[in-house]
Amino acid sequence: MALTVTEIRQGLAAGEFSSSEITRDYLARIAQHNPALNCFISVTEALALDQARAADERLAMGNAGLLTGVPIAHKDLFCTDGVRTSCASRILDNFIAPYDATVIERFRETGAVMLGKTNMDEFAMGSSNENSHYGSVANPWKTTHVPGGSSGGSAAAVAAGLAPAATGTDTGGSIRQPAALCGVTGIKPTYGRVSRYGMIAFGSSLDQGGPFARSAADCALLLQAMAGFDARDSTSSETPVPDYSATLDQGIEGLRIGLPKEYFAEGLDSRLAKVIDTAIDELRRLGADIREISLPNTGLSIPTYYVIAMAEASSNLSRFDGVRFGHRCADPVDLEDLYKRSRGEGFGKEVKRRILIGTYALSAGYYDAYYLKAQQLRRMIKDDFQAAFDSVDLILGPTTPEVAFAIGAKTDDPVSMYLQDIYTISLNLAGLPGMSLPVGFVDGLPVGMQLFANYFDEARLLQTAHQYQQVSDWHLQTPEAFS
Amino acid sequence: MTLKSDDVRSIAHLARLHIDDDSVDQYVDDLSSILTLVDQMNLVDSSGVKPLANPLDASQRLRVDEVTESNQRDKFQQIAPDVADGFYRVPRVIE
Repeated sequence: MALTVTEIRQGLAAGEFSSSEITRDYLARIAQHNPALNCFISVTEALALDQARAADERLAMGNAGLLTGVPIAHKDLFCTDGVRTSCASRILDNFIAPYDATVIERFRETGAVMLGKTNMDEFAMGSSNENSHYGSVANPWKTTHVPGGSSGGSAAAVAAGLAPAATGTDTGGSIRQPAALCGVTGIKPTYGRVSRYGMIAFGSSLDQGGPFARSAADCALLLQAMAGFDARDSTSSETPVPDYSATLDQGIEGLRIGLPKEYFAEGLDSRLAKVIDTAIDELRRLGADIREISLPNTGLSIPTYYVIAMAEASSNLSRFDGVRFGHRCADPVDLEDLYKRSRGEGFGKEVKRRILIGTYALSAGYYDAYYLKAQQLRRMIKDDFQAAFDSVDLILGPTTPEVAFAIGAKTDDPVSMYLQDIYTISLNLAGLPGMSLPVGFVDGLPVGMQLFANYFDEARLLQTAHQYQQVSDWHLQTPEAFS
Repeated sequence: MTLKSDDVRSIAHLARLHIDDDSVDQYVDDLSSILTLVDQMNLVDSSGVKPLANPLDASQRLRVDEVTESNQRDKFQQIAPDVADGFYRVPRVIE
C-alpha cells in the first residue's frame, strides 16, 4: 500500500476510495504487523471508524479541511480526551486524559482520523525506544534492530506503512533520529512553532512537536495543520505561519548550505559519511552553493543538553505523585511513603536516573556549577549557529553517527546511548528548526541526512528536502517484509 | 565526579523516589559516569556569558487574571486513585 498523505488526499477528493475504506485498510495492516513491530500502545479502532465516517460525510458535503479523512497515528505523549495517554510509563498506564492536546484538537478539527497511540521511550527519554513499559519497538528494516527514539513507534509505523503519517516530539532528536533510523522524513520545528499544550512535558525549554511522513511534501501538510499560536502555551510564538506547500516547487539554485566540519569528524561511520557525500553532490547538481563552516562548541552540546534536560525533567515529573491520577502504591503508611513508592514503582530505570541527576543538579550548592553553567554554554552554542547563519541559508550534516543498532546493544551503558544524540541536540538547545530525510542505506539500514535552518524558516527546509526528493527515491523505499 | 551510596540515597529522598537497596550500587555507577560526562562542561571558560533559559530569549507571556476554565472536578476525579466527597484522599497527615 504505502500511500503518501498527498495521494490519500487526491484519492479522497476524486472519490477513488473513502476514508472509511482506507482507515479499515490501515487498521487491518496494524492488526497484521503490530505484533511483530510493537509500534502501537493503543489502537483506537472504534474511534477511527467513527471519525472516518464523519470525514466521509464532510467530504460528501464538499467542506473538507486540509486533512479530512487522512488516517494519522499519534505519539502516546499527546493527551487525547477519553483515550489512554501512557507516555509509555507504568505510572500513567491507567491514565485516561481528560482533555485534548492542542495538536490533537487541530487534527480533530481538520477532520483527520486517529488510528491509535504509538510506542515511545518512557516520557520521551531515550534514543532507542527500549525504555518503554510496553516493550521495545522493532525497526521495520531489520526487526532485530532499534527504530531509534524516543518517537520510535511513530517512525516505525510510517516506515512499515501502518500509518501514512504520525506525530512525534523532539527534545534532543526524538523526531529526527528515529526518522533517520527508519528511513522516513521528519521535521522538528522552531521552539514555539507548535503548541506544547497537552504534550506531556519532559524538558520544557527544549520540547517541540512535529510530524513524520513519507515525504517532505507530506510533512508540509502535517506541519500546516499543527503549527500556529496557542494562548494556552506560554512560550507559543505569534510569528505568522506561512503556506508551507506554496514554496515546495521553488528551485534551490544559489542556496548556501554549510557543512559543519565538526559533524564530519571522528565518530562518524565512514560508510555513512559516503552516503551523505553522495546526497551533497546531488544538492550541488541542483545548484546549491556548498561550503564548509564551523560550529566550534558542538562537543559541549551533550553535557550541556543532559544537564538542562534532566533538571527540567526532574521538575516536570514531580507532578506524578500518586495523588490525583496515575499509579498509586498499595497500602501507603504515610504521605511520604505514598509519594516515594508510587514514583519508585511507576517510573522505569532511565527515567529514575534522569530524575536523580536533575534533582542533584538543582540541589542547594550545585545549581551554579551545573544548571547555570549549562545555560551559559547553551548561549555559546546558540551563538555559534547565529554566526553560521550570517553566511549560509541552511546547515547540513548526518542525523546520526551510525545506522540502527541491535536491540540490547547499548542498554547497559547510558553514556554510550547519550552519545547517539551528538548531531541532533545542539539544535534543541538553540531552539532552531531541523529535519531528517532518507538519503541511502548502509548494510540494508537507512541513513538520514539532517538540514538545519534559521528560526521560523521551516519552509526553506521543506522546500530543499522536497527538491532533493524530486531527484531521488530513497524516501519511497519500503522494507520488503512490509511492502 | 563520583557519588557515594549515601549521596544517591539523599538525592533519592529529595526527589521523593524510592529505590531498592540492592540497586543503589548500580545507581552510584550510572550517575557517576553521567556526572563525569557532564564535567566536560568545565573545560570551557564561560565567565561573563549571560545564561540562556529560553532559546528565543523570550519571556513568559502574561495574561489577564480572569477565569477561563470551567469546573470539571467530576471528570478529573474519575481518573484519581482515591476520592471521597469531591476530595482527593491520602494517608492521614496531621495526627
